[in-house]
Amino acid sequence: MVERTAQKSLPLILAREFASNVATPLTILDEEGTLVFFNEPAERLIGRTHAELGDLSEEEWRARFTTERLDGSPVAIDETPTAVALRHRRPAHETLVYTMLDGQRRTLSVTAIPMLERGQELAGVVVVFWEAGQG
Amino acid sequence: MKAVVWGCRGSLAAPGADTIRYGGNTSCIELGLAEGPPVVVDAGTGIRLLGLELASSEGPIHLCLTHLHMDHLEGLGFFVPLWQPERELHIWGPASPVDGLMERIARYLSPPLFPVELSDVPARLTFHDVPDGEFELGSARVRAEPVAHRGPTVGYRFEEAGTVLTYIPDHEPYLGVEPEEAEPAWISGFALAEGADLLMHDAQYFEHEYPNHVGWGHSSVAHAVSFGRTANVRKLVLFHHDPLHTDEQLDALGARARELWGEDGVPPELAREGTTLQVGATSRLTAS
Repeated sequence: MVERTAQKSLPLILAREFASNVATPLTILDEEGTLVFFNEPAERLIGRTHAELGDLSEEEWRARFTTERLDGSPVAIDETPTAVALRHRRPAHETLVYTMLDGQRRTLSVTAIPMLERGQELAGVVVVFWEAGQG
Repeated sequence: MKAVVWGCRGSLAAPGADTIRYGGNTSCIELGLAEGPPVVVDAGTGIRLLGLELASSEGPIHLCLTHLHMDHLEGLGFFVPLWQPERELHIWGPASPVDGLMERIARYLSPPLFPVELSDVPARLTFHDVPDGEFELGSARVRAEPVAHRGPTVGYRFEEAGTVLTYIPDHEPYLGVEPEEAEPAWISGFALAEGADLLMHDAQYFEHEYPNHVGWGHSSVAHAVSFGRTANVRKLVLFHHDPLHTDEQLDALGARARELWGEDGVPPELAREGTTLQVGATSRLTAS
């Protein structure tokens, strides 16, 4: 039997095409939390390209980025906007301090939006980053 | 398996002297399966003539809708089996996050757009949201998946005895991405079409027309050929002809498709109303 290609869901495909065509920094996670895409504006904040990193499971990307609150206190894994969108399927927003892959510390406003398919299943999460202080 | 083309025009029925060879009726095909009830796909104006043929048959009929744009639904009210009290008609279509399939179809089959309410239709109707995963219709295994087109839309993959027919009449798989940059797993509809013996696919526009219609949910002939090539289909049949395209223009579109396809394999053809497509090793197209 011929093995068929595992295709991404349509919301995920359309989200990636959308992200590829806008100047707003966006990352796309699938329904399991795997980081499957980030666009060129996000690459500038993350410090690496998606081509260099490839897909990262939730465990992998959590291990690579450190996150803290503006007062320096740590953020629990399940309290980041991305985790809230993934686990609770609702939008979440917060401004946090990230240490990126290039070693830079950046204060980012992060909004994570769950994408629900027509049957209300989670297709993935779109995460919008905005560097605090930028217009 | 075979497919009879009862309508292959897109957007709007286009009868007339200039469209007589490829036909002016909107989307409708009839599947011929080894076993099981008749399976009709889409209810454009082509379904009217098919309904006259099926009227003398008995038993259930399955109607699979790709979506509810008018060119895929407008013939339903004129489908004779709909008006037969003893007829069992199963209507399959894409799920919507808001209304059920029946409620959405009733928007058309009700005043002021139609003189009779859907609730007054005498046939015994059952509406089904297409499920995730495969389901069976007669001797075919069927898979329906969302594809890139405006509004809830699915394409269908019918598999019977090792042969596969894929039908994606309205589809814009390369919206916002160049075909050569798209990885298969990230192409809308790819899994439906992969390795199909016969792919019936949207090719509404010439390449020079497409830039003015980006985002309308349809393909250029080049996109259709790229999609068929990437999915490694045995034969590509171009579908959903633009209502403004004459027979002569469609001849040119077909020639362009064959040029883009190249020398190897089976050259693409345009769907023609009134023809029968044999699905299999050769995927022949014959006048019925």
